[in-house]
Amino acid sequence: MKPAPFAYHRPETLDEALAVLAAHGGEAKPLAGGQSLIPAMNFRLARPAVLVDLNRITELSGIRQGGDGLHIGAMTRQRAVERDPIVARDAPLLAEAMPFIAHPQIRNRGTVGGSLAHADPAAELPAVMLALDAKLQVRGPAPRGVRSIPAGEFYTGLFETALAPGELLVDVTVPRAAPRSGSAFAEVARRHGDYALAGVAVRVTVDDAGRCREARIALLSVGDGPVLARKAAKAITGESPTPEAIREAADVAAAKDIDPPGDIHASPAYRRQLVAVLVRRTLERAFERARNG
Amino acid sequence: MDDVQLDGMLHVAFLRSEHAHARLRGVDVAAARRRPGVVAVYAADDLGDYWQPGPLLVPPPPIPGLVFHACTQVPLVKDKARHVGEPIAMVVAESRYVAEDAVADIVVDVAPLQAVVDLEAALERGAPLVHEHLSSNLAAHVVQEKGDYNAAKATAHRVVQRRFHYDRGISAAIENRAVAARWDARAEELTVWDTTQAPIPIRNGLARMLGLLESQVRVIAPFVGGGFGPKIMMFYPEEVLVPWAAMRLGRPVKWTEDRQENFTATTQERGQVHDAELAVTRDGKILGVKDVFLHDSGAYDSYGLTVPINSQCTLLGPYDVPNYYTEFTAVFTNKTLVTPVRGAGRQHGVFVMERLLDFAARELGIDRLEIRRRNYLAPEAFPFNNEIIFQDSAPLVYDSGDYAPALAQAAQMIGYEQFVREEQPRLRVAGRHVGIGIVSYIEGTGIGPYEGARVTIEPSGEVRVATGVGTQGQGHFTSFAQIVAEVLGVPMERIHVVTGDTREFNWGTGTFASRGAVVAGTACHAAAALVRDKIFAVASRVLQVPQERLELVGGRMMVKDATDGGIELGALAARANPLRGAVRPGTEPGLEATAYYGPDRGSTASGVHAMIVEVDPETAMVEIRRYVVVHDCGRLINPMLVEGQIHGGVAHGIGNAFYEQLVYDDGGQLQNASFMDYLLPTATDVPRVEVAHRETASPLNPIGLKGVGEAGCIPTGAAFAQAVEDALADYGLEITEIPLSPDKLFDLLKKTRPKKRNVVVIDGSFVFQGSREAVYALLQDPEVLGKSLPGAMHLGRTGDGRYDGLMRVGIGPVTAAEFSVSVTLHDQKPPAGYGMIVEGKGGFGFVRGTAQVALADHGDGTEMTYRAEVQVGGTIAGVGQRLLDSVAKRMTRQGLEALNTALAARL
Ligand SMILES: Cc1cc2nc3c(=O)[nH]c(=O)nc-3n(C[C@H](O)[C@H](O)[C@H](O)COP(=O)(O)OP(=O)(O)OC[C@H]3O[C@@H](n4cnc5c(N)ncnc54)[C@H](O)[C@@H]3O)c2cc1C
Repeated sequence: MKPAPFAYHRPETLDEALAVLAAHGGEAKPLAGGQSLIPAMNFRLARPAVLVDLNRITELSGIRQGGDGLHIGAMTRQRAVERDPIVARDAPLLAEAMPFIAHPQIRNRGTVGGSLAHADPAAELPAVMLALDAKLQVRGPAPRGVRSIPAGEFYTGLFETALAPGELLVDVTVPRAAPRSGSAFAEVARRHGDYALAGVAVRVTVDDAGRCREARIALLSVGDGPVLARKAAKAITGESPTPEAIREAADVAAAKDIDPPGDIHASPAYRRQLVAVLVRRTLERAFERARNG
Repeated sequence: MDDVQLDGMLHVAFLRSEHAHARLRGVDVAAARRRPGVVAVYAADDLGDYWQPGPLLVPPPPIPGLVFHACTQVPLVKDKARHVGEPIAMVVAESRYVAEDAVADIVVDVAPLQAVVDLEAALERGAPLVHEHLSSNLAAHVVQEKGDYNAAKATAHRVVQRRFHYDRGISAAIENRAVAARWDARAEELTVWDTTQAPIPIRNGLARMLGLLESQVRVIAPFVGGGFGPKIMMFYPEEVLVPWAAMRLGRPVKWTEDRQENFTATTQERGQVHDAELAVTRDGKILGVKDVFLHDSGAYDSYGLTVPINSQCTLLGPYDVPNYYTEFTAVFTNKTLVTPVRGAGRQHGVFVMERLLDFAARELGIDRLEIRRRNYLAPEAFPFNNEIIFQDSAPLVYDSGDYAPALAQAAQMIGYEQFVREEQPRLRVAGRHVGIGIVSYIEGTGIGPYEGARVTIEPSGEVRVATGVGTQGQGHFTSFAQIVAEVLGVPMERIHVVTGDTREFNWGTGTFASRGAVVAGTACHAAAALVRDKIFAVASRVLQVPQERLELVGGRMMVKDATDGGIELGALAARANPLRGAVRPGTEPGLEATAYYGPDRGSTASGVHAMIVEVDPETAMVEIRRYVVVHDCGRLINPMLVEGQIHGGVAHGIGNAFYEQLVYDDGGQLQNASFMDYLLPTATDVPRVEVAHRETASPLNPIGLKGVGEAGCIPTGAAFAQAVEDALADYGLEITEIPLSPDKLFDLLKKTRPKKRNVVVIDGSFVFQGSREAVYALLQDPEVLGKSLPGAMHLGRTGDGRYDGLMRVGIGPVTAAEFSVSVTLHDQKPPAGYGMIVEGKGGFGFVRGTAQVALADHGDGTEMTYRAEVQVGGTIAGVGQRLLDSVAKRMTRQGLEALNTALAARL
């Protein structure tokens, strides 16, 4: 379990990193926290000829509140997000989901950008960003330059994103939540810290009468990437979130929004059941929070 | 072993079989040999006469009618690979990195054979043979009988009959295996550092194989991170090859097993299928048990029948079973070898017996505790002869035991009565599913043949203790020191224990079968007692006082009732080794003695485990809320060490019950060959374990010891099954299989028949524009066919219905790699359909897909329905399983869409 030979670069700035990536075309891979990339290299499944280490690029990490929402730099460690008071206040869904990612040791090293770019279908962050309708800022060499891609368009397939070779994810922006919004996260994993068998991140907004104005229900580990449960959202939108309405929406999510894969840990039928249960439980909590907040 | 760094040391990597069963036609190591930094590459033929099948380590016991076919493992595959991970070639290089690079340079030519995986299918007529010189895959057949089961059954009020599946897993020691060797040409001495649990047998075997005197070989088993059985004395291929290479190359050589290798190259324990029945009276008294089971031996059976014999012997438990019929068939399969892993087959037997008692109790309307109480052997029944033969070839005789009080204590600790009467009904009303499980077990421990120890008092007063067993975290340095300290009256900190170095101690067997404390500990005790005798004899001479008037106090010999004077043990040791004067006839120099202990049979430990679980029936997740162990391993040397053994054992047992399982596909590929998918319980999954001790001394040794090394994991599966079933009483389900998992529990809850989870199946249909004839014809066109394989670079027709080509596949984190592909169409029935076999081979493994394709008219178009099964091998099979289904689906979808476009363009 030793990696195949590779060349290693450690640029100090973003521009430098982009230049190195450009110079090597598709042969180079950015290295963030290394928590997914290095194991894949040790198994010799990933064999990048060149690694471009982003860890020295200070401009890529940090959390700040901007006019358009909460900005999180791509190289911000997952643990930093987990412990950040601004995140807890302005993006409680993100704060709630962070402890479900792996283990503290891994979150100390793993980055937000690494997880989002890696696009593992079972990862929490892509689904959370989808539920929050976040925008991903991407930079590449001219002429493409800077692009802002909504999470809903960023994920294009199994481990596939809208990132072109040579492009880097630099920042993710979480828009400010509308008033009377509530969110919730839940997942079922075999052990704490494992990739989930199924998981759900939801954010809902209610109107004055307490009816559902908007619902974004994002599912993980049940498709090629994060899945937005559109049919379930449609079923609950405009409705009073009674237990029956919630249950119905949850059943729609399980039956109509997904075609889950099976593996040695969970059959497709079991995954559907988990989605029904978790969507119901998260919606109940999210509406409760929306009403109270 | 990582600390063993030797000057000029070379590093080894192995090329291992990706196939579970394949004929080896050729190995081309030329390119690997040319790689800079590579010192040597060996395939089977390069070993010459050194290539020999390994020894049969544990010959089967003398049981009448026993059938046993010994087939032991080989150092490197010569003609046929029999399990994934079996070594084919060995690379020795300046670094492990280079060695692994060179492994990738080796080209093997193999013809895959159908793998033997399922136990029942393996015994069917016409099944492929793991060992072709045998007429079937039967490795062994054993029947043991006590009394007359059939006669007992005829008088029974009820017979409970079930089929049980019990599977185990890997040992998952923190430290994997490793071997390092250095040949000192001048001294003509070979030193081998080995993670073995049994350094002395390894030393003896290596000396024989290498043509050296035993005194020329020194094996050191350093203090390693965990053994749990698979490190015993396998004469693993790596263990045999590394010393040989070090001698040939004249440089130190080291191999360290990585975790990926560990999953397929280190022995494991696996499944048994039991058809068992229990005959009982109306009031629950056991009349007899019948059990017929299959046991998975894996590809070779070098370790004999220890595991299945443990299963059949441990099944009897603490109960009075007057009639017993037990029969097993051990089966060769194309999987990693099965040898003892902590528990060593005992859990299988305990599970069967405890479950049978649970079902009997339910059917008879008797409380679970009561049925056990009614059947326990009485304390005065010992020694109790079960009239069958145990793994050590001795009759299965229990030395001592006192079972009912342990059950009462466990019930009291966990609050059984209160839980069943109050808490559970209250929580059930609130919609919560909580359950309790409580089971008994015995463990045969401390078997022979023997161990020895030498105790020496140095002139400094320090005491050295040496024994031959290996140490992997059991606390030997503490417990052996305690035993000696007590006999010699010397403080613990002056005692220095050495284990696992053949130069320090020359005779012995090893650490296994919960025997270290019992057998080596008793030898330490005996040696210390002999030294004590010498102390008195020498002191009497030196102090001129009769022995009866002497006493040993705090490391000093004193004359009784005297307040000063006497002599320190160190000074006495110096006097016992005279520089002037003589060692008298009949005495020996020094305060030193060596003693051995070889029990005729083992001592029988016992215990009760109880747990409370809560199940969420909606998600099928189980949480263990409490865990209680009452354990009796005779006299305790050190309660903290015993508790440590039990805590670790329970963690192992919980893993076995709910998390760990080796999942093999039909091709014999292990599908969860990493800790991502092979789930070890972590600190958050194992509850606090509450332990109480009972001490029913063994009459077999002077201290009264029984072993405890495996106890913690033996009854966990049985307790877990009972507790989960109890929590889900309103669902009326029965658990007859361990390990359980949320997924399996979901099937039980839904009463759906579990589907096969170990193959990727793709099925579906697709509508093309065009007639059946046109579609069929176009599908024969290599260019069009190529489109159906995403990533295919070119595909050419190389025969009727046969196409060969190259494809480049990479998904997400997996860098695109080239695969050679071949497609074979068979059973062609134009225009109705055909069968298709796609085989791909490349950088990170191989893929084999078999598909059935049918074409039917669909309006103006043609509907293609397909069903394919996909198998993968190599790294991707072991670590990529979570994504296989999605990848297969995606590639099918992409392929069909590309096909459709290609067809549309042509039609
Ligand atoms: C034991 C274990 C358990 C885990 N469990 C979970 C879990 O439960 N949930 C979960 O979500 N994750 C889990 N992970 C993964 C972990 O969260 C990783 O940290 C994360 O997936 C990748 O982040 P990283 O910073 O380590 O990225 P790296 O491993 O360095 O990179 C991952 C990929 O992203 C690319 N990349 C990185 N940064 C950028 C960028 N800025 N722009 C473009 N491409 C980039 C890299 O080239 C690489 O292809 C687990 C990991 C381990 C080892």
